[in-house]
Amino acid sequence: MITIVDYGLGNVQAIANIYTRLNIPVRAARSKADLADARKIVLPGVGAFDWAMARLDESGMRERLDQLVMEERSDVIGICVGMQMLAARSDEGSLPGLGWVDADVRIFDNKAFTGPTHLPHMGWNDVVPSRDDGLFAGLGSGARFYFLHSYYFAPKHEKDVLATTDYNGSFVSGVQCGNVFGVQFHPEKSHQWGIRLLKNFAEL
Amino acid sequence: MLQPRIIPCLLVKNGGLVKTVAFGSPKYVGDPLNAVRIFNEKEVDELTVLDIDATAHGREPDYALIRNLAVECRMPLCYGGGVTTAEQIQKIISLGVEKVAVSAAAIADPALLPRACERVGRQSIVVVLDVRKVGHRYELFTHNGTRATGLDPVEFAARIERLGAGEIVVNSIDRDGAMKGYDIELLTRVREAVTLPMTALGGAGSMKDVAELIRRFGIVGAAAGSLFVFKGVYRAVLISYPNRTDKDALIAQARQPA
Repeated sequence: MITIVDYGLGNVQAIANIYTRLNIPVRAARSKADLADARKIVLPGVGAFDWAMARLDESGMRERLDQLVMEERSDVIGICVGMQMLAARSDEGSLPGLGWVDADVRIFDNKAFTGPTHLPHMGWNDVVPSRDDGLFAGLGSGARFYFLHSYYFAPKHEKDVLATTDYNGSFVSGVQCGNVFGVQFHPEKSHQWGIRLLKNFAEL
Repeated sequence: MLQPRIIPCLLVKNGGLVKTVAFGSPKYVGDPLNAVRIFNEKEVDELTVLDIDATAHGREPDYALIRNLAVECRMPLCYGGGVTTAEQIQKIISLGVEKVAVSAAAIADPALLPRACERVGRQSIVVVLDVRKVGHRYELFTHNGTRATGLDPVEFAARIERLGAGEIVVNSIDRDGAMKGYDIELLTRVREAVTLPMTALGGAGSMKDVAELIRRFGIVGAAAGSLFVFKGVYRAVLISYPNRTDKDALIAQARQPA
């Protein structure tokens, strides 16, 4: 059973539709009670960092999510802003993040790019996984995903880097710290590759 | 490497899909949800849906339609039409849409952009510039091309970049439905003024026009209506989109150094 955290942001229904087509049971959680004993959790997100953190706080689900992820070690995957929320803080806001991964979220700096670069980073780009099993099984080469973001996830520890993407310089597009996963792109909007990744998450 | 985006742009009027010429003579081309299902199968890069009635009739976005589109779409979706407030933008994003397009509202009240940014982030805010050539100069229009604003689109593009837009769609009214190529001169001027992602709309008649756009601008959005909904000189309705192999080959060739 996949549990999608529905705190009013992100494409809950598009993710649910993919799991339904894969014949994988899925539910949306809108309250602490809905989370119950969730073992596979998807934290979606489209929006600004503080806005997203504030909505999650208001949902009343945060405390139970902390328990599920940090104490009971349920698998969780953050998507886009959902990934960024896993970090301790973000350049985009002033509220603290969930802090499940030792990381910051930083703004792309035009000066750091190796060539003329448009921001936000918008469109389909390659993702290079650091290992070919687990979340990225079968997605080793030729896989493309849809990105839409101005900030990037910067983990403190190299071991947490699960995938990278080049945008006139490399940034971390996938992270794993134990049972906590994050992807900067939108698997729910990335055709066959996104479907495979969401299936992989269910099968971890 | 980041890829240029090739984007079907669908126009909604009275709940049905239409295609216009120079923003007039709407021709009914089908049902929006059916079109989305076909584009899903074709694995398109992105989809843009613009409700061309909403602003002109002064009504709110059709949230039921937007929800249905977002649920059905397996590719990123940009919605535009009738959006005037940050609350509406946030509501549309919460329905599962990736990007919201504003046009008349951003021109009437540019401060809308930073207000919306605070909620949904810059990356989800698209400004559509409807541009017509008036004599030797370009001018911004709103309300389906019926209202002149007196504004220069290039100056306005630079302004909205500072305020917090995430993408600019440059829509040529003169080229709409003409299928004779994008307005490269206009696009070049806007490209030189902003670093934001830019998408061209209006004029694509064949994949050659798309290739020419990519050859000139590299990472760019190539949006088109007629090209993806009509076939042949009699404009028979047939939804089409290049398959991945053809698309990759077209992009690779267009991006080769001359």
